[in-house]
Amino acid sequence: MNPVDFVLEPLHYEFMVRALATTVIAAVVCALLSCWLVLIGWSLMGDAVSHAVLPGVVLAYVVGAPFALGALVFGGLAVGLIGAIRDTSRVKEDAAIGIVFTTLFALGLVLISVTPSQTDLNHIVFGNILGVSTSDVAQIAILAAVALVVLVLKRRDLMLYAFDPTHAQAIGLNPRRLGALLLGLLALTAVVALQVVGVILVVAMLIIPGATAYLLTDRFGRMLVIAPVTSTVCAVVGLYLSYWLDASSGGLIVVVQGVLFGLVFFLSPRHGVVARRLTRRRRRRSYTLAR
Amino acid sequence: MTPAIDVAGLTVHYGQVRALDDVSLRVRPGRVTGLIGMNGSGKSTLFKTIMGMTRPDRGTVLIEDSAPARARKNGLVGYVPQTEDVDRTFPVSVRDVATMGRYGRMGFTRRVRGEDRTAVSKALERVELSDYADRQIGQLSGGQAKRAFLARGIAQGARILLLDEPFAGVDKRSEATIVRLLRELAEEGRTVLVSTHDLHALPRLADEAILLQRRVVFHGTVAEALRPETLALAFGLDMLEAVA
Repeated sequence: MNPVDFVLEPLHYEFMVRALATTVIAAVVCALLSCWLVLIGWSLMGDAVSHAVLPGVVLAYVVGAPFALGALVFGGLAVGLIGAIRDTSRVKEDAAIGIVFTTLFALGLVLISVTPSQTDLNHIVFGNILGVSTSDVAQIAILAAVALVVLVLKRRDLMLYAFDPTHAQAIGLNPRRLGALLLGLLALTAVVALQVVGVILVVAMLIIPGATAYLLTDRFGRMLVIAPVTSTVCAVVGLYLSYWLDASSGGLIVVVQGVLFGLVFFLSPRHGVVARRLTRRRRRRSYTLAR
Repeated sequence: MTPAIDVAGLTVHYGQVRALDDVSLRVRPGRVTGLIGMNGSGKSTLFKTIMGMTRPDRGTVLIEDSAPARARKNGLVGYVPQTEDVDRTFPVSVRDVATMGRYGRMGFTRRVRGEDRTAVSKALERVELSDYADRQIGQLSGGQAKRAFLARGIAQGARILLLDEPFAGVDKRSEATIVRLLRELAEEGRTVLVSTHDLHALPRLADEAILLQRRVVFHGTVAEALRPETLALAFGLDMLEAVA
């Protein structure tokens, strides 16, 4: 098959065009957010919030409210419960996270099982990128635009929060409010991404691009470019592979992201395993020569 | 004279543990004050309370006669963190760190303007890091990293500088540079409060010393503070015998 057909043939189908648009939007906004999550060490929190929004999304579906509203309520509820359990009992934070998000996720599964029109809702768990409607795309685009604008405008405050919250406090900013803002954006972004890869794999899109970019640069500003670019490329490649291999699209998107991370992990010019080995060997050799 | 920092009757508990017990002190402006105490003596808690990160059970803090929150909003307070509290792998350069000192003066999106750039370059020059401005902070020595954070406080134009253990993990040369800089800053009229358990730098560094052991056990000149019978109040006798 020639490469032009490889790219163009899927685009004859409208569902593929919608899938491609949704994938790119989700890849960009998830990747941006992932830069902060990776640096603060909130990967587990990202996993928790993205799972915990499930009952909120299901309830929103039942009462006909926007998915984002349900997600925000349950995302906030999850964060509040985690904090309450951590601060008022002897249970440590990672256990608190494990308890809260699995319970809420399970509640979501129960709600799905008792809600009529099951097919629709199971897609939230596993993602159904090939089935998104035009109105879904519109909703996703609006949510993503909100998250994107806030992240870009507030990127320096949020970086300061990630790097040195005490200094943020010292100059009169409110670190708690910045943390809450980031968690709110996390809940919004989870709604965007769960349509693409499903609740279970959202965390991959929220961590892998930031981690990949972190291995490629020493500048936060560049991370904010590298992460969305690599994430978008991986997501599009994954989507095309899923078309031609007739395999799970959400699954392939994440697998491709993971493969790229693996390559960067070994081959990154400065922070890769190979480069570090070479530097060490060169140093040792010059040391031996000097003696 | 109005004290730069006025702490009155401060009591702080962590759960059942009393970290600070009825602490009252006045830090004089334009001087370097050493805050001396063992680990667990309440130094960090006192800093956190002055910064408004810990709420006291009783007592008040005033910074240059105004409420701490207002003083922070006005950019009066600069903070130099302990080395181990900083993630040195974070992808920021020395210049980025110093620029963070300007955030309080910038607009909503913290866009860097010409005056910010000038202030940052000047601050980096003062701490002798101009040649390292574009280095990622993980590629600095402990002493250089400290100076980068000091540059942040200078670029901020903070009138009160709080330094938490500035000499931990710092080589002798950087220590001398930091001591000289802090002296200069005090002579310009800024107030410097240094928390440390490192006594040997104290005579060159500080004008006065406060010994803390959950309460203020001494406040006076450095020479007096370093007398064995005074130090025993803060450190206990066993420790002094070990040093001697």
